[in-house]
Amino acid sequence: MANLHFELVTPEKLLLSEEVHMVVVPGTEGEFGVLAGHAPFMSVIRSGELRVYSGPNTVSARIQVEGGFAEVNEKGLTVLAEAATEIQA
Amino acid sequence: MPSLKSLKVRITSVKSTQKITKAMKMVAAAKLRRAQQAAEAGRPYAERLSTVMSSLASKVTIGPSSPKLLAGTGSDQRHLLVVATSERGLAGAFNSNIVKLARKTADELIAQGKDVKFYLIGKKGRAVIARLYPGKIVHQVDQSHIKNVAFADAHQVSEDLIRRFDAGEFDIAHLFFAKFQSALAQIPTELQIIPVPLAVNAAPATGGAEASVEYEPDEEAILTELLPRNVAVQLFRAMLENAASEQGSRMTAMDNATRNAGDMINRLTIQYNRTRQAAITTELVEIISGAEAL
Repeated sequence: MANLHFELVTPEKLLLSEEVHMVVVPGTEGEFGVLAGHAPFMSVIRSGELRVYSGPNTVSARIQVEGGFAEVNEKGLTVLAEAATEIQA
Repeated sequence: MPSLKSLKVRITSVKSTQKITKAMKMVAAAKLRRAQQAAEAGRPYAERLSTVMSSLASKVTIGPSSPKLLAGTGSDQRHLLVVATSERGLAGAFNSNIVKLARKTADELIAQGKDVKFYLIGKKGRAVIARLYPGKIVHQVDQSHIKNVAFADAHQVSEDLIRRFDAGEFDIAHLFFAKFQSALAQIPTELQIIPVPLAVNAAPATGGAEASVEYEPDEEAILTELLPRNVAVQLFRAMLENAASEQGSRMTAMDNATRNAGDMINRLTIQYNRTRQAAITTELVEIISGAEAL
C-alpha cells in the first residue's frame, strides 16, 4: 500500500518530513485519521496529541501539538503547528 | 612632531582596538550562521501559511461581516509604525537604515494629515524617534534578555498588537525591518501587517484540484483563526530576518574597522620608524660635529 507523505512544520523549523502509514490529527471538530490518497481537506487543529502510525497497528511517534492547522492535498499531509514536542513513550 | 613614546602608546592602543573588532567580527560571523539557519528553518512555515491564506481569501468575499483584521476598520486615519531594530549598536548603518525608512513613511503620512504612532521592538531606534516625534511612541518591546528569537516572543508581540487593534488604537499597522540578503546587503523593508494584505489576484496555483477541498470548520472560521496567526508569523519572520541582518551588518562593519585599524597601525609604524631614524641621525651629527670641534 502506498505511503502517506507527512510533514510537520513549526514556525521555528521543519520538524518531520517522512513517509508514514497513517497520521491521526486532533482537529477542532474531532480527531481524524489521514491515510494515503485522502481527499483534499483542511482543518484547524486544537492542542492535543498527534499520532504517527508507521504500520497498521504500530504507533511510531506521539507528538504533542499546540494550535495550528492541517492541510491534505495530493502531495500528502502537512501539519502547521505553533509548537510541537514529541512525547516519550 | 609627536614624540616617540606617544607614538608607541598610540600604536598599542590601536592594536588592542583591532583585537576587539576582530573578535567582534568573528563572534558576529558565528552568530550570523546561526541566525541564518533559523531564518531558513522558519521559511517553510511562512510559505505554506501564505499559500493557504491566499487560497482561502480567494474564496471569502470581504463584507461588513468579515473579520476586522482582514477588512480593516474602514478608516485609514491612524497609523501605527512597528519599527524593529536591534538591542545593540556597533552594527554599521543597520539601525539607522531602518529608522530612516520609517521616518520617510512617517513624514509622508504626516504630510497627508494622518496620525502616526510608533511601536518599537528593540531599543536602538528609540533615541532618534523620540527626538523627532516626541510623545508618539506608544510602546517599546524590550528584547535585551532574548538570545535567540523564539516564536513565543513574536506571538506575544502580535497578541499585544491585536489587542491594541481591537481596542481601536489604530487602523493600519506597518512593520519595518531589514530583510537579509547577504552579509553585505540588508534591505530595509516596509510591510503592512494589519489589516492583513491579501494578494487578491493570487495565481490559481493548484488549479482545479483546489475546488474540491473540504474545510472543517468552514472557510470563514478557518480564516478567522488564521489571521492572528499570520500576524504573528510575519512578525516572527521579520525578527528572524532582522537578527540575521544585524549580525551580517555587524560583521561587515567590524571587518572594515579591523582593516582600518590595520592601515592605521601601518601608518603609525612608518611614522614611528622615521622619527626614530631622525632622532638617531641628529644624535650622530651632534657627536661627529662635537668630535670635529675638538
